[in-house]
Amino acid sequence: MIPELGQFALILALLLAIAQVVFGLSGAARRDPAWMAAARSAVVGQFVFVALAFGALAWAFVERDFSVKYVAYNSHSELPLFYRIAAVWGAHEGSLLLWSLCLSAWTLAVTAASASLDPPFRSRVLGFLGVISVGFQLFMLTTSNPFERLVPAATEGADLNPLLQDFALAVHPPILYLGYVGFSVAFAFACATLLEGRLDAAWARWTRPWTLAAWLFLTIGISLGSWWAYYELGWGGWWFWDPVENASFMPWLAGTALIHSLAVTEKRGLFKSWTLLLAVAAFSLSLLGTFLVRSGVLISVHAFATDPKRGIFILSFLTLVIGGALVLYAWRAPRLKSSAAFEGTSRESFLLFNNAFLVAALALILLGTLYPLFMDAFELGKVTVGAPWFNLMFLVPMLPLVLLLGVGMHAAWKRGLLSSLKTRLYAAAGLAIAGAILISAAAYADLKPMTTLGFALALWVMLSSLLIPLARLRARQPMPAAVIGMVIAHFGVGLATLGITGVQSYKVEKDFALGIGEAATIAGYDFRLSALRSVRGPNYGAVEADVVVSHGGRPVTVLHPQKRFYDSGGNAMTEAGIEVGAARDLFAALGDDLGQGRWSVRLQYKPLIRYVWLGAILIALGGAIAALDRRYRLRVAAAARDAVVSAAP
Amino acid sequence: MTPRRKRLLAVLAIVAGVGIATALAMLAFRDNLLYFYNPTQVLAGDAPTGRTFRIGGMVTEGSLKRTAGTLLVQFVVTDYQHSVPVRYEGLLPDLFKEGKGVIAHGHMTESGEFAADEVLAKHDENYMPPEVAASLHTPTPARVSQ
Repeated sequence: MIPELGQFALILALLLAIAQVVFGLSGAARRDPAWMAAARSAVVGQFVFVALAFGALAWAFVERDFSVKYVAYNSHSELPLFYRIAAVWGAHEGSLLLWSLCLSAWTLAVTAASASLDPPFRSRVLGFLGVISVGFQLFMLTTSNPFERLVPAATEGADLNPLLQDFALAVHPPILYLGYVGFSVAFAFACATLLEGRLDAAWARWTRPWTLAAWLFLTIGISLGSWWAYYELGWGGWWFWDPVENASFMPWLAGTALIHSLAVTEKRGLFKSWTLLLAVAAFSLSLLGTFLVRSGVLISVHAFATDPKRGIFILSFLTLVIGGALVLYAWRAPRLKSSAAFEGTSRESFLLFNNAFLVAALALILLGTLYPLFMDAFELGKVTVGAPWFNLMFLVPMLPLVLLLGVGMHAAWKRGLLSSLKTRLYAAAGLAIAGAILISAAAYADLKPMTTLGFALALWVMLSSLLIPLARLRARQPMPAAVIGMVIAHFGVGLATLGITGVQSYKVEKDFALGIGEAATIAGYDFRLSALRSVRGPNYGAVEADVVVSHGGRPVTVLHPQKRFYDSGGNAMTEAGIEVGAARDLFAALGDDLGQGRWSVRLQYKPLIRYVWLGAILIALGGAIAALDRRYRLRVAAAARDAVVSAAP
Repeated sequence: MTPRRKRLLAVLAIVAGVGIATALAMLAFRDNLLYFYNPTQVLAGDAPTGRTFRIGGMVTEGSLKRTAGTLLVQFVVTDYQHSVPVRYEGLLPDLFKEGKGVIAHGHMTESGEFAADEVLAKHDENYMPPEVAASLHTPTPARVSQ
């Protein structure tokens, strides 16, 4: 009964989403307050019914209702409660419902916070958000219904993929989706702006915190995915340039370019049409990511859906949304003129470089991701673009980006760089180069040019970020949240660069066959397999090993890698044993019983890897602090004033 | 310089920059593209000799052999028409199983064995690599002529 109510709620939500589009867009065109109010009511109603549908599916999982096909395929009676709830979005149908829930939650938040906006503009924004909502709900109801019944009901579920029975991956999809879907706000704002053919500073100011919020969720979501791949896939890699990873990284790059370009549009009234194009691009790439992952077009470890009907639907929807937005852009963007002069070393110039390099990186990744699909479509052979290509190509725009970041942070609007600043920056650069040589020569006894360059750029950005609060404190200038956020995020970029350089340059990974009492040595650490035993978990049995690690005869730690066998059957799962450290991670994964009392073991030494994720956390934290700047909360008054001014003539 | 000429120069610089970047990217493609072949194509001599590629198919039931106490594994990859023996030294992924899909990266040796340096199996245990699924469903010329 409850699943049928869930499906009914979903149908009502779709009808309300259609009402939101019709009343939102035509209400604005007719300037009819009653119609525009109806669009807002539709938003609230839609949220309630999507939430009810989501609740119904969650209930079916909690109650182990195996008469629902989706539950039977993705749950098991012994699955712990936390993972029964996480299983709601563990596969295709439920993750779409989650997408839809995130979208209606964002729409509700926009509705609540936008009372100060010009009513027709606000109404158009809700209308465009409704279009996306209609698309996803229609997709669910026609091709991927999570409430479909199984006749006769299954007596036992097939279980949630054991790889997904993990904390980081349970929370990874909701956070990633909040990011993906969050860009729909900037997208709807851009479409409404283009339709009205008018863009002012208030628009940019209004969009910035929303874009920052979406971007920071995406940052956290991507980092969680990377962290999970590191400890759960048992390979110890943290980024594979897999098409699914690229699919989430491309909107992130577009979003990063967007938050920087929005700053110029708000402060200086420049880059207007470029900013709008980036807003369209960031969301289009989120949709493209969903298409790539969900349609099964990719040869990828993550794609779990292969159904051509679904692929065609998403492709048509993608064409409609992206094509529609681009047509709107081509038609209206020429109206938006921005003209103001700025000097070569002003902040505007540096942000222009930032955007150019980020978009170049994005274009290269897009090329590498889609190239195999083109080759396949034109029967030119089945190929994969290897990770070395991405590593090389990504460096080309990233090196100048990070180099210029250290200077650009200090640049003033409109004017060139001050000479007093130049002295300080030279000092920071000198210190960074000396520090980099010291780290690679003294700590790792291996002075490779690219590694030293990476360390130097990392230290350069970190030192340069720290100069800002120091200078402000000395001059007794205030530190608004936006500046604090920027400093923290950029310091995070430096820290992540440090981690990436360290782990990519000095990591050691090797497979061994070890019997009890035998040892292997990597990077100066001795790993001894000292014991093997059987252990029990809530829904699995496992073989656990004790791997005693020592360095120069001194004991360091004992790692406990496991090989798990889930009761529901299926394949074994590797749980790596990891010792986390500030300077390095030590990693052991247990393979198979090789016979003669030996097991295969993968040992890894991962220097500085923690700083990759610590950097990402700081980047997200910086975004959060910047989004909470007082300026954005004062916008209500400012927007009202702008509205009066623009209505006056 | 007039603003018009300045803009023209800027546009030319951008075009040249993008052109060079694209050329470099495509050049780098050549060394980093991994081609995929199924056992039938490999035995027909379509696969390159002397460079690495990916081979994919199903692991033949009962073909997995270990040399006890070492990391050496041997198994046979098949597309149900032809088969290629594979040897690999290292940890097999969790989802590796006889009768399931697999993709291996490496090169052909003189003895007609595929020496793998990496073995990939996919998330879903009922998974069949799309290339394998496609090659299994493509009717062979022999069947078409019947």
